[in-house]
Amino acid sequence: MTRTASETRTVVVEREFAHPPEKLWRALTQPHLIAEWLMRNDFTPVVDHRFKLEADWGVVDCQVVTIEPHRSLSYTWAALGLDSVVTWTLTPTNTGTHLRMEQTGFGPDQTRAYQGARYGWPKFFDALEQSVARLG
Amino acid sequence: MPRTPDLLFRTLADPTRRAIFEGLCRHGEQTVGALTTKAGVSQPAVSKHLGVLKQAGLVRERHEGRQTHYRAQPKALSPLLDWTSRMAAFWESRFDELEKLLNRMDQ
Repeated sequence: MTRTASETRTVVVEREFAHPPEKLWRALTQPHLIAEWLMRNDFTPVVDHRFKLEADWGVVDCQVVTIEPHRSLSYTWAALGLDSVVTWTLTPTNTGTHLRMEQTGFGPDQTRAYQGARYGWPKFFDALEQSVARLG
Repeated sequence: MPRTPDLLFRTLADPTRRAIFEGLCRHGEQTVGALTTKAGVSQPAVSKHLGVLKQAGLVRERHEGRQTHYRAQPKALSPLLDWTSRMAAFWESRFDELEKLLNRMDQ
């Protein structure tokens, strides 16, 4: 199956947390907490606010799109040729919160992706080993 | 049978196996003997790694007399060039970190 580089694709990751939505909301919106699980940042929960997420591999340029406290948050996510939108949705459950992350966007052009994969392999796969361990 | 990103990630997560594959990508077709010389592990270990790479569709073998030659199949990597599989792995690891943070926040 071939796909064009311009085709819109989506990644969804969901998980149940034994913590209330208010607490997850803090972790998703307070810069010092975001830094602990995602990346260094200058996030502010204000619509249209532009912010950056910084890691040793590069910078992600973001802009807040929508905010609904304790329920949902979305921001644009542009990095390494990928233009996308990340949307967080929090749903209260009997035991805590169901968290859904959806990232929708246009793929980076394949040449660039190939170069990145080729030269970034060692680092890329080392970082993946943790995730892979979970795949069992 | 479709090659899933999970299978490719698992196959290439082993550093020795990854080095064998990268060597085939960089230097073209090679015999098991030549690969063993560079790998720093025994020939049976190299053969085993090649078997796993072959299962994942990452290498093809060609028999010539008593020698077996292996060649990389870089096209098999295409699922890894798909940003969605890379980002999925990235977000899964971030969710792990988020979970750890939430547990710390209780204390």
